Amino acid sequence: MDFQLSEDQESLQAGVRSFCDGHFPVETLRELEYRGYDAALWAELAELGVFNLRLAEAEGGIGLGTADAVIVFAELGRRLVPGPLVWTHLAAELVPGAGDGKTVVGGLDLCGAEREPLLVEHLADLDRLIVLRPDSVSCVDASALNAEPIEVPLDPLTPVHHLAELPEGESLGGTELAERLRLAGCTLASAQLLGLAEASHELAVEYAKGRKQFGRAIGSFQAVKHILADMFVRLEVARAAVYAAGATLDDPGVGDAARAAGSAKLVAGEAALQNARACIQVHGGMGYTWEVPVHYYLKRSWVLASVFGGAEEHAEALARCVELDARAPGTSL
Amino acid sequence: MDLRYSKADEEFRAELRAWLEKEVPAHGSPPAISDWAKRRSYDTGWQRKLYEAGYAGINWPAEYGGRDASLTEQLVYYEEIARARAPYIGVNFVGILHGGPTLIAEGTPEQKARHVPYILNGEQIWCQGFSEPGAGSDLAALQTRAEKRGDHYLVNGQKIWCSFAHAADYCELLVRTDPDAPKHRGISWLILPMDADGIEIRPLRTLAGEGEFSEVFLNDVKVPIENRVGEENDGWRVTNVTLRFERGTAFASEMIQLQQYVRDLIDLSKRVERNGAPAWKDPELRRKIGHFSAELDALWAMVKLSVCQSSKTGVPGLGGSAIKLFYSELYQRIAEFGIELLGRARLSREDVAGLPSQALLQRAMQSLSLTIAAGSSQIQRNIISERILGLPKEPRP
Repeated sequence: MDFQLSEDQESLQAGVRSFCDGHFPVETLRELEYRGYDAALWAELAELGVFNLRLAEAEGGIGLGTADAVIVFAELGRRLVPGPLVWTHLAAELVPGAGDGKTVVGGLDLCGAEREPLLVEHLADLDRLIVLRPDSVSCVDASALNAEPIEVPLDPLTPVHHLAELPEGESLGGTELAERLRLAGCTLASAQLLGLAEASHELAVEYAKGRKQFGRAIGSFQAVKHILADMFVRLEVARAAVYAAGATLDDPGVGDAARAAGSAKLVAGEAALQNARACIQVHGGMGYTWEVPVHYYLKRSWVLASVFGGAEEHAEALARCVELDARAPGTSL
Repeated sequence: MDLRYSKADEEFRAELRAWLEKEVPAHGSPPAISDWAKRRSYDTGWQRKLYEAGYAGINWPAEYGGRDASLTEQLVYYEEIARARAPYIGVNFVGILHGGPTLIAEGTPEQKARHVPYILNGEQIWCQGFSEPGAGSDLAALQTRAEKRGDHYLVNGQKIWCSFAHAADYCELLVRTDPDAPKHRGISWLILPMDADGIEIRPLRTLAGEGEFSEVFLNDVKVPIENRVGEENDGWRVTNVTLRFERGTAFASEMIQLQQYVRDLIDLSKRVERNGAPAWKDPELRRKIGHFSAELDALWAMVKLSVCQSSKTGVPGLGGSAIKLFYSELYQRIAEFGIELLGRARLSREDVAGLPSQALLQRAMQSLSLTIAAGSSQIQRNIISERILGLPKEPRP
């Protein structure tokens, strides 16, 4: 066991972080409002390996694992990189051109409790749409879809369309593939949520160090610094859960992958939401403005909390999972 | 980023598990909480068995008789101890987790020879004399005075929250040796024999009715100079070696036990009725349990992450504060959930109508100390925000 970032993973993280810091400063995000996707940036993300990261080398990919992918997706989340990143990444092994960014693939997860209304993210920019159902995976030509754009989406960087109907599409696989994709999607969305929790935390700490009231930095007051300490704890709990999910998906021998992914989604989802709220609180009135970017973090967290299983769904599934464990020997009260 | 235990780790697990499966049932049930004599012999008897089997001092260096297990073997050890529901470390806690490691790090060869082997085999019980009525979170404000008188210190003062004082042979005692120096620079660390003249122990009644804490009054107690660990007035640094250990993996087995506790609560929820159906049928209750499980799994992953990272430095890092803070507050939430599940049976501290009131209420009440002891949650938040996040300190007088 060596449960920490390897040297390669540290340099992967540093590389993606510097790319994201350079390409997605807040000013750039403003320009992408109500568009979200940008073709030139998409090509650069593909060049960086975001989509073909886990694709085998023999198939033109980089051949890395989910543990590596969570590191990358946490960085993408931290800088709010927009677009159907997870779906195109998942499609790398299924849809020609997805891995190298030539085909933009979105998706719709119809496995969970939250299905209706049928809202598709980034539809205007999609070539293909993957539809996950509990027992099937299908692929639909996105240009043929009958959909109405939503004029004002929640997340300014995640435009959405309302689908009137969903055609059958081409079948890509059954239950097994659906489960595998959903597990990976859940883990990568958790990683993005981890990145958002980190972004809110960083922004709040920076503000608390600089902002002065009563003649001193507000971060010197315990009422404020304890909020920041709690944000740190939520962030580190989420980091451990997300890394563990990545490592468990790569090596199912070390644990129950569904349990690890579900725990990560639950814990990271909560960290992202609560840290965004706390960040707003630390900013006071400024936190309530459009100018401070924390509202993007909060809105993206709300979006990601709804994909690949919401908190209630995961909590219920985890309880069932532990219940099976409870039948193991050695328990009594 | 690899979570797989090595073949050697798994061999260690199999060997330890087989030993525990034999020895844990043979050791019998723990005695009543109030029966100190029996608790001492029960806890030290278990320590002796661990020692004889080569499992005592799992993280201690081999030259001091410890197992010197790798960090991952230590994780396996904590997992298996919890899984087997092995006896709690109990009265051995201070010696094994604080006193022993401190002596190993800072003691003289004579001090080590006199104490370390006997802490390890369960013959010496230690207690902690750190806090005072006027020095809690502000530990460095302690005022128990030690004046040098020839070959000994003359100690006067009062200590509080001394765990296991009634059962202890020795006390890790913090005293002020230079009242004129800045508060952190006038403290020394002494080994206090608990049978010395002038020591009065008064048990404290905790909110649980009984417990392991006492007040200790020291009146003209003579402590030989040779009992000082580290240099005179360097006790604060010596102490911090201990405190870091306390926040590291000291609670590792309890974290795993908490996972078992949640499984026990599932069993219980199937036996308890709510609105004419087993409580387990309530989706809201199930989601609470699922939520606890996610947090506990994340906590254990956090311990693994921290342990693997500290393997670089050899000392538990500051991240221990985040682990301790999260663990203690999570523990309280889970214990509170146990009371919810008891329903009206919570009115009885004895088991009633087949429900485990005694254990659940005991756990819930004891859990209240976790966010106070070993650095309160507020102190942990100060440590995190000032030492990890680099926020400015609050102005101090």
